[in-house]
Amino acid sequence: MTTNIHITTKINNQPYEFLAPSYMSLLDALREIVGLTGTKEGCLDGNCGACTVNIDGRIVDSCLVLAAEIDGCDVQTVEGLATSEGLHPLQKAFLEEAALQCGICTPGFLVAAKGLLDNEPNPSEHRIRHWLAGNLCRCTGYDKIVKAVQKAASES
Amino acid sequence: MHPFNYVAPKTVEEAVNVLEKHGDKARPLAGGTDLLVQARGNKWDLEAVVDVKKIPEAMKLEASDDGLIIGSGVPCYQIYENEEVKKHYAGIVDGAFIIGGIQIQSRAAIGGNLCNAAPSGDAICPLIVYGATANIAGPNGERKIAVEDFCIGPGKTVIKNGELLVSISVPKPAKRSGAAYERFIPRNEMDIAVAAVAVSVVIDNTGENFESVNIALASVGPTPIVARKASDYLAGKPINDASISEAASIAKDEASPISDMRGTIEHRKHLIEVITNRMIKESVKRARG
Repeated sequence: MTTNIHITTKINNQPYEFLAPSYMSLLDALREIVGLTGTKEGCLDGNCGACTVNIDGRIVDSCLVLAAEIDGCDVQTVEGLATSEGLHPLQKAFLEEAALQCGICTPGFLVAAKGLLDNEPNPSEHRIRHWLAGNLCRCTGYDKIVKAVQKAASES
Repeated sequence: MHPFNYVAPKTVEEAVNVLEKHGDKARPLAGGTDLLVQARGNKWDLEAVVDVKKIPEAMKLEASDDGLIIGSGVPCYQIYENEEVKKHYAGIVDGAFIIGGIQIQSRAAIGGNLCNAAPSGDAICPLIVYGATANIAGPNGERKIAVEDFCIGPGKTVIKNGELLVSISVPKPAKRSGAAYERFIPRNEMDIAVAAVAVSVVIDNTGENFESVNIALASVGPTPIVARKASDYLAGKPINDASISEAASIAKDEASPISDMRGTIEHRKHLIEVITNRMIKESVKRARG
């Protein structure tokens, strides 16, 4: 017999309270319980970064976090990037630089890149590539993604 | 994922009680970057995972004159962002900095890497060359075991049912000492070591000779290997290309790799010689500041 865990958390600065099975991943809880489907499932083993979210200021693969672990935490997902004023500078830059094709990896890249720029506003190209090594894209070949991050950095 | 309960005890005693109750059907959860992948693959028949991250002793990271304490749940980024650790334990930082990518390093713990006991675990050989000790709690109290004796096979450790790795103690390095760790992978990041070497050296007060040396090899045997002959050979020898090359050659013979999808026996042995040579030189460089 397993139990449901009562989770009180903040997601994209909004308070949330929900029950999740004790063995459910944060990824599944976000998508299936909270209803935030921007975070994508990729490899389910920590290689691809498609499910990247930010917990208390650190980027993580949400497929490798249990929902039960985020009780009391502050979670940021891709849905938290745009505001009523418009798209986040990273989102604009991704569109302008055509840094996506199929789009499945894009939410993970955006949340990961934001995690970098939040702490390092002017990273080098090498630093950007190193930081994004945990995110896989099978369409773009990465150059456009790196250019988009550099553009967002230079404009914010 | 196969259903299991989630328990987040606040004390070591409570954690040990839960682990003892469930026997081999419970696993401690640190960063989860190995455990949750294995749980999905049904490697374990789990009734419960025991999250160690609410236990203060498991989250302690403290460098003092007595050495370094690394709680078993402390994630990689806390290791390589800590100024004291960077200054005195550069070899441990080398390992923490190359485990997975940034997302993994936010969660993956040094203690978890040790308990996962992969022959390629990047945190383990650095701990060995620093002479680290594992602090284990269990139903019958606490015990300590050298990290070099901790892994007993691929994925197998000395931890028994009901026991918990609480922390790792690393002695304060001697004066005129340095350590380094490097692995070979065909990619730049996000890969598993084909072969890897950690070295620590203490040099004598003339600065010209090795006083003592520890060399440990990863991914070239069922567990991390202490290259005892190569280490002993260098003690008291002058620091020069000839002695370092000879030690690297001895280390090569102490490796006992297998051929698999990542590399052949010949390739891995060659890598051990090359990386051992480099890491001895890097350790000397760090020891000389």
